[in-house]
Amino acid sequence: MPRSQTPSSSRRKARTTRDPRKLVAVPSAEQADRAAESGHPAAEQAARPRNGDGGGSEPADRDTGEANKSSKARTSDAPAAPAAPALDDPRMSDVDEWGRSEHLRELLRKIYDPIYDHWFRVEWEGFDKIPTEGGALMVANHAGAIPVDAPSIMHGIERELGRPVYGLADQIFKRVPVVNLGWSRLGGVQAHPDNAYRLLREQHQLVMVFPEGTKGPGKTYAERYQLRRFGRGGFVQIAMRSGVPIIPMAVVGSEETMPTLFTLPMLARALRVPYFPVTANMLLFGPLGLVVPFPAKIRIRVLDPVRFDVPPDQPRYSRSRVMDASEQIRQTIQDAVHDMLRTRRGVWSG
Amino acid sequence: MGRRVLITGLGSFWGGRVAQALEADPSVDVIVGLDTREPTVELLRTEYVRTDEGYSILSRIVRATQVDTIVHTFLVVDSTHAPSRQVHETNVIGTMNLFAAASQPESRVTDLVVKSSTLVYGSTYRDPVWFSEDTPRSSSPRHRIERSLIEVEAYVRDYAIDNPQVAVTTLRFSNVLGSDIVTPISRALGLPLVPAVFGFDPRLQFVHEDDVVRAIMFVLDRRLGGTYNVAGDGLLPWSEVAAICGKRLLPFPPFGRRLYAPALARLGVDLPPELVELLTYGRGADNRRLKQAGFEYKTTSAGAVRSFAEAARLRGSLGRADRAPYRYERDVEGFFRHSPAVVRD
Repeated sequence: MPRSQTPSSSRRKARTTRDPRKLVAVPSAEQADRAAESGHPAAEQAARPRNGDGGGSEPADRDTGEANKSSKARTSDAPAAPAAPALDDPRMSDVDEWGRSEHLRELLRKIYDPIYDHWFRVEWEGFDKIPTEGGALMVANHAGAIPVDAPSIMHGIERELGRPVYGLADQIFKRVPVVNLGWSRLGGVQAHPDNAYRLLREQHQLVMVFPEGTKGPGKTYAERYQLRRFGRGGFVQIAMRSGVPIIPMAVVGSEETMPTLFTLPMLARALRVPYFPVTANMLLFGPLGLVVPFPAKIRIRVLDPVRFDVPPDQPRYSRSRVMDASEQIRQTIQDAVHDMLRTRRGVWSG
Repeated sequence: MGRRVLITGLGSFWGGRVAQALEADPSVDVIVGLDTREPTVELLRTEYVRTDEGYSILSRIVRATQVDTIVHTFLVVDSTHAPSRQVHETNVIGTMNLFAAASQPESRVTDLVVKSSTLVYGSTYRDPVWFSEDTPRSSSPRHRIERSLIEVEAYVRDYAIDNPQVAVTTLRFSNVLGSDIVTPISRALGLPLVPAVFGFDPRLQFVHEDDVVRAIMFVLDRRLGGTYNVAGDGLLPWSEVAAICGKRLLPFPPFGRRLYAPALARLGVDLPPELVELLTYGRGADNRRLKQAGFEYKTTSAGAVRSFAEAARLRGSLGRADRAPYRYERDVEGFFRHSPAVVRD
């Protein structure tokens, strides 16, 4: 596979606006129209919001002005749409309906930028396979006691494409005080099918999910780079229902940033967390090891998008198709990981 | 012949407001209001009937007045000032008797509107950000107010199935704020320091009290039928709600509520368990179904909060309510309504 260089900084400068959502609104309208024009009855129906019998609708968005714009675009095939008057919305913060704050995200990007560039030296292959517009579900392997793959992928895409990435996360992120707050302000969303559908189908966003769940980061270093079961294929079902492609990604290096030597299941149960790792970082740095990862080189390979030729918005899809696709994507990522490990010169130099 | 409307809970905030709105509608001939308490707003032609909370005289009233529309606003959604037993009597037994009366053979009821709450969705860490009318709860209800509302909605469903000729509409209202209404949330926001749960800043949704009355009038007018969320556009963090009100937050520990809640209640900070859950995980209700039916909101979530904050500031500056409270005088009302001495057109 040809290796493209790290996305250039000239692309970074090409970003015109600070609010990435503004970039999304217009192309997403085109996409909805295209879906409607394709003549597929389901696609046509899907161009409207899910719980709608046609007619004008307006999503309960944070920014009313923007909501008007995008809802008009989305329901452009419904002529009955009444011109919704712009309501006075005296907001004081920029926290959106998902809990994400663009200011805090921007701040984190500033802090994380040197770590991304100089500590992990993140390198991408096939970055142009990530769509610059429209919804897509990104799926990757998940590893390291406290995984750095999620922030690296989110940071890279937001920096280069200037469009937000929402990360679907386990319930624990919503349950734990303080953690839930940081996570949701920085783009994390509770992994609920309805949330994913709304993000992908109605708001045409990029969504990232790690189908291994906590089983990926919870495994020990002895099992490194062996992908766990991909849940119950829920991510495939979400992509089918939302009519978006799945973009598989293989990440190498994350296992070595925080290798788990062994886990303490009793302590995990007592703390009501999925796993409690004892990492090499902890042995070296003590409690600081919980937050300091090793500077392993992170390589991310974006694989070919997987599209499903099924109509969106069905209540359910063939279980066998879902499981086949899920297993196939898992195998593709596993093969890519092996391939990348074969060509990796060193853990630190990559 | 015009409409003949029966309102339950006339003495409640909603009953009074809806009765006022109905009085302005010339197509409504008769308005009868039931409650255990006297009306709290001035009414011109609404007839007030005092009942017990279980509504035992209801079937007689339905027969005698031949009402065709029932607006059921008498549901307790604020558990702080109602003992458990009363919540059950009012919500579950009252609704049961209401439907028993409305389904008797002599009944002429064709429209029925029930004012429920988004409390039926609960609030847990497993929830989606937005609840549509069809989204099931993520967990079984734990609080009595939620349980009683779910029982009420079960009666509503049964009634709608048994009486297909009746347009039965359930409206699930989000947290209501506005210039007048008093709820656990408005009381919390009225404190010098607004209680919050440490480490959480959930996104909440509000609906303005005027939009609530407009929504009830809208479904009466359109004879919609079905279940609808009524909630303003947008979700906003609790910290921002406090900021719009010009208040600071006082975080309480996220655990051990049972230990400190009674002490707080004694200090006048009444945090019912369903409110603590809401202040931990938040809740959003998808309002698009009612919009698609043609309803237009006048206020967003943040707008409702601002409206509340401005009214609270005005009251604070005056040191009292900006309007003198209305007092119902039975003899006076009887005179104006029925005395031949009063000239009516």
